[in-house]
Amino acid sequence: MEEGKVFSQSLQESAAAYAIIQEKFGAAVSALDTNETMPFFEVVDPSLWTEIALFMREHPKLKFNYLACLTGIDYPVDEKLGIICNFESLGLLNHKLSVKVKCARNGGSIPSISCVWHTANWHEREAYDMFGMTFTGHPELKRILCPDDWEGYPLRKDYKVQDKYHGIKVPY
Amino acid sequence: MQELDTAVPGSVRVTRQSDKVVIIEKDLATEQMVLAMGPQHPSTHGVLKLECLTDGEVITEAEPCLGYLHRCFEKCCENVDYPAVVPYTDRLDYLAGMNSEFAYAITVEKLLDIEIPRRVEFIRVIVAELNRIASHLVAIGTYGIDLGAFTPFLFCFRDREIILGLLEWASGARMLYNYIWVGGLAYDVPADFLTRVKEFVNYFRPKALELCNLLTENEIFVKRTWGIGIMPADVAINYGWSGPMLRGSGVKWDLRRNDPYSIYPELDFKVPVPDGKHSVIGDCLSRHLVRAWEMDESLKIIEQCIDKMPSAEGFNPRSAIPKRIRPKAGEVYGRAENPRGELGFYIESDGKSTKPVRCKARSSCFVNLSAMKDLSKGQLIPDLVAIIGSIDIVLGEVDR
Repeated sequence: MEEGKVFSQSLQESAAAYAIIQEKFGAAVSALDTNETMPFFEVVDPSLWTEIALFMREHPKLKFNYLACLTGIDYPVDEKLGIICNFESLGLLNHKLSVKVKCARNGGSIPSISCVWHTANWHEREAYDMFGMTFTGHPELKRILCPDDWEGYPLRKDYKVQDKYHGIKVPY
Repeated sequence: MQELDTAVPGSVRVTRQSDKVVIIEKDLATEQMVLAMGPQHPSTHGVLKLECLTDGEVITEAEPCLGYLHRCFEKCCENVDYPAVVPYTDRLDYLAGMNSEFAYAITVEKLLDIEIPRRVEFIRVIVAELNRIASHLVAIGTYGIDLGAFTPFLFCFRDREIILGLLEWASGARMLYNYIWVGGLAYDVPADFLTRVKEFVNYFRPKALELCNLLTENEIFVKRTWGIGIMPADVAINYGWSGPMLRGSGVKWDLRRNDPYSIYPELDFKVPVPDGKHSVIGDCLSRHLVRAWEMDESLKIIEQCIDKMPSAEGFNPRSAIPKRIRPKAGEVYGRAENPRGELGFYIESDGKSTKPVRCKARSSCFVNLSAMKDLSKGQLIPDLVAIIGSIDIVLGEVDR
């Protein structure tokens, strides 16, 4: 953390939690982004993602037992897709931390964390449905909101809607 | 009279006449049957389809199929300005539009880092809590219908109508309000509004008790819900449950208390959790009880807000609304306690555009419903109806 700046208490808690993760995984995680609205770090080596997730849930000083939200996101400039997870230690230590994981835009994959938090199961399916990254190790990765035979990934920035769906005109 | 064919066990239905075994039906199918419940099934509270694999009356697996009401909320948000997202949030959880707007407004305000006039905060809390009562009335009423109790539904809708009338008076719309704006409100409340709200609070107290006598203490209702669909607390947290669902499992967790926003820290209210005397902790009845108790707490909050409300003198509900909403580059995850649980918004701004780069709604019903597969395993078909009703889904929020 930068010197000479006053941080709120919640940000200090997040930084303390991050320090434990950083100590264990070293270069596999990026530095903490200390903003007041959503402090986060990025997983530089996505192959360790499930391991980091399990560590975050199980370590006695972390205890992130609650995955509040998992958001898929598209970075067209960097040619990447990513997810953002908002964690919280619900009722135990009450600190929060967010994590970003990125993968290649075409054919990229991220390890699934649905074995660590059940919440991730449907959220990862939604991210796959909307962005098209795959989650390795997910028990049943299929579309959830769009029909199974829908073409393309709607929330990508360059998405073009298909002309016809089962003979029905789609754009209106 | 035929001999009992023991070569194919399970394929015949037999009965006893004196001391002989009589076959009533032969060649019964023994394989499991797929039973599609919905999307037009009334007890699914909307267009939800459950694909159940049944073994007789017992459900071996139930797979929820969503998306019938998907209308690209998140894609729409990326194409409109920040204030224009508000009407879309109404349509997420259309039974609690005020609460959804509230959640969105505080999220963007967090990103903008602006100060809101105190009177605005009080009005927001009053309308949100009124809407919470209205939403719980629908949840309780329709739950009664699911389990065969028709009268409570009519009682609930009679009282909900008064709330919708009040909110229509304030905002101009019955369900899709567009009232809580980023940075303020669309209008101040009408001159006589608070008196009428107070009248409603006094009117509703005994009615809530009446509802309690009619439904919550009804033996048939209790027998249908007691001990059904039990969810242990740690599994519920792992599933990301929130709101009355999580509190039904005995976890005292309420964002108004545990991650306070707006003026909730100043208000005195209890977070009701089941005590294990009236229900098994974590069952359908617990979740129903939490909703019933929460209505009482909301009444308390409204009363306190009316008493503490700053005067309307020189008040402009739009004074803090920025001329042009263009937050600095950054991202935020904001959330609020909705009648159905935690409604969160993840918003990313690039600092240049007046439109969000990404706006994701973390829907409470979506997350709560994801436990359906585990909850329904090994239950009877009529109990499945009781479980779906207790989750209290609004498909507008599940499918977004």
